[in-house]
Amino acid sequence: MKIVIRSTVIFFSLLLMACGGKEEKKKEGFSVDREKTKTEKPVEAVAATSTVSPSERVDLENKGVGPIKSVTLSPDIDQALAKKGEEVYSQMCMACHRVDKKFIGPAPTGVLKRRSPEWVMNMILNPEVMVKEDALAKELMAEFNGAPMANQGLNEDQARSILEYFRTLE
Amino acid sequence: MKKYSLYLVAVLGSVLFLSGCGNQNGNDSSNGALASNNAEKVYVAPGEHDEFYAFMSGGYSGNVAVYGLPSGRMFKEIPVFSQFPTNGYGYSEETKPMLETSFGFVPADDSHHPDISQTNGELDGRWLFINGNNTPRIARIDLKTFETAEIIEVPNSAGNHSSSYITENSEYVVAGTRFSVPIPQRDMPIKDYKGNFKGALSFISVEPETGRMDIKFQLIMPGFNYDLSHPGRGKSHGWFFFTTYNTEEANSLLEVNASQNDKDFIAAVNWKKIEEYVENGGGTMVPANYTHNVYSDETHSATSTMKKEVLTVDPTKVPGAVFFMPTPKSPHGVDVNPTGDYIVGNGKLSADLTVFSFDKMIAAIDGKKYDGEAYGLPILKFEDVLAGQVKSGGLGPLHTEFDGKGNAYTTFFISSEVVKWKVGTWEVIDRKPTFYSVGHCMIPGGNSRKPFGKYLVSMNKITKDRYLPTGPELEHSAQLYDISGDKMELIYDFPTHGEPHYAAAIPASILAPKSQKIYKLAENEHPFATKNVSDARVVRDGNEVHVYMAMIRSHFTPDNIEGVKVGDKVYFHITNHEQDFDVPHGFMMIGQKNSGLLIMPGQTKTSVWEPKKEGVWPFYCTDFCSALHQEMQGYIRVSPAKSNIDLSWSLGE
Repeated sequence: MKIVIRSTVIFFSLLLMACGGKEEKKKEGFSVDREKTKTEKPVEAVAATSTVSPSERVDLENKGVGPIKSVTLSPDIDQALAKKGEEVYSQMCMACHRVDKKFIGPAPTGVLKRRSPEWVMNMILNPEVMVKEDALAKELMAEFNGAPMANQGLNEDQARSILEYFRTLE
Repeated sequence: MKKYSLYLVAVLGSVLFLSGCGNQNGNDSSNGALASNNAEKVYVAPGEHDEFYAFMSGGYSGNVAVYGLPSGRMFKEIPVFSQFPTNGYGYSEETKPMLETSFGFVPADDSHHPDISQTNGELDGRWLFINGNNTPRIARIDLKTFETAEIIEVPNSAGNHSSSYITENSEYVVAGTRFSVPIPQRDMPIKDYKGNFKGALSFISVEPETGRMDIKFQLIMPGFNYDLSHPGRGKSHGWFFFTTYNTEEANSLLEVNASQNDKDFIAAVNWKKIEEYVENGGGTMVPANYTHNVYSDETHSATSTMKKEVLTVDPTKVPGAVFFMPTPKSPHGVDVNPTGDYIVGNGKLSADLTVFSFDKMIAAIDGKKYDGEAYGLPILKFEDVLAGQVKSGGLGPLHTEFDGKGNAYTTFFISSEVVKWKVGTWEVIDRKPTFYSVGHCMIPGGNSRKPFGKYLVSMNKITKDRYLPTGPELEHSAQLYDISGDKMELIYDFPTHGEPHYAAAIPASILAPKSQKIYKLAENEHPFATKNVSDARVVRDGNEVHVYMAMIRSHFTPDNIEGVKVGDKVYFHITNHEQDFDVPHGFMMIGQKNSGLLIMPGQTKTSVWEPKKEGVWPFYCTDFCSALHQEMQGYIRVSPAKSNIDLSWSLGE
């Protein structure tokens, strides 16, 4: 019996060690991976180009990180949709984003001259990930004193309506 | 963690099996391997979740605390009957009405016996009910928001102790009085108690969709002490059982005088029969005063209504509705097994448990074999209804729970132990000590048709040396037993807040997916909400100043206010514009004779401040909300009472 228990202990601890070791390795690998590919590289890239402040910079290619992969804008603004967007915007966004002046965050007026529609919607829908994984969003957060963009829990339709409203803000 | 431990168990199990080792559970030695096995059972790795939610009453805290099992980690304290400065409950203008009673505003109570709503005798996880013992009330907690949704006062009651147990389809939550009193209350000599005081047992209906409570009827019983109760279930559904003590009807030195009779009673109440009686117009509507307080998640506000009458029923007028079963030695708990066949009386001054048979009870009633009567209510013959006695060998049985596998677990206060016994054969299978002096125990779903018989928690009254000493006052001690094997195993100790008198637990898989994360700002119907920052403003109405304020990471709109005067009464109506999970903001104002506020995303709360001194006074956010939390502040300029500075407000100007 004693032997059995002792061998059980050994077995048990071997198993624990094996499991623990495995888990640790996995975590290490993951975090290293993330830091190198997603964070450090963009920072280097930025250093070379950043004479213009992030909020002024034009980057129409970047679609950002999030659920929105492609948005097609019709040639004419959908006024009904834009009106709905204005309503959502004034309730959910205006605490931090005044229409035409820098406030807690940047003003949306003219934003579509600098950002892709996808980037704008991903910033609305996926702000926590954007400020970590999108180099430009990360820089913007630094420019705006480290104030994080709040996730206001909007759905894609609401975000799309806000985008349409932004088209009216030239 | 779960996968690993399953893997561990599987591998370890087969190794043990192959090498022909005996049953680990049967081994009492404190061997290292066994101890680590216990550690594994209660260890919930960082980031992992517990298997059960346990709701434990706070006793004199007046609240309910939420713990995880098996870890014993405390997740939340839910304010119910007591003011709670942590989040402003009972201090904010919206929640003050929750604590209104016929005695006026009552800021504290003694909460005792939580019970989770059921459908078909199984936990459905919609609501948790809890009784306020001191100023008799029943509260309903919404298990989506984990907030108190409703409180109803119970008139004609005093020491609301045989409460708040629910029937198996949540038809009623039942509230019985521990102290009998004059009904209606009146000025009379205390010594005339006997024969004149009465005990009210209240059946409070629960509206099936909303959970809304209403007193359907009060059964006006003889002046005994109604200690605890439990519903029948399965075949005994439709009956409710109450223990009594002080059938001597003593009014002084009860410690001695209420222990004279060899047997008190378990009162069996056929509530279906009484329900039928009142639905056919039976009962007497009598004047009463009791509050009904309801909280709305839409207006984020409570309203308090004074109700003026209550329907009372004289049990002698409803033949076949109430019977007494003689039960030895001042019984405390009365517990019904999952099938509803047996009613267990826990005679607290006895060594043995008395178990009654529901079938025998019905047969005795049908045969009209009575052993006398008490105040016109028939007493059944003890021998006729007795199913068996558990010769426990312990002392002071208080309360019994069931595991759904044919076993019962009874706590013994005097001998400090939990005794496991078999329902039907009444044989004792196992006993384990508790540390120390256990009151109630709890098995998740242990008061339902379908218990989850994996853990038992004992709620101990005495802590002594179980934890590091913290001066004379100690938190109470709970102990967790693994009851999955033949023998119970004590696997963990954890401290509990206040004094848990009872608890109710439910698998996390039932509650967690339904747990609400935010309140939708668009659905906020608070009359003073600021749903749009462009509506933020300050309005004067005489000496009342209403500040319509919004908050989001990390500023208040507005954050500079001028034109407030000494002697004003300033109402801050603050709306949290966040719509993200776990981003509350706090609010405190210097010199505020009130608690602060903790405001959930999408919610509006109101706090009152009465400035007494001229100057410029700051307020700030008390809940660390972002990297710029320290910047989340504002100022109010307070001018002399006679000054003529106009109200003005701004942000970032």
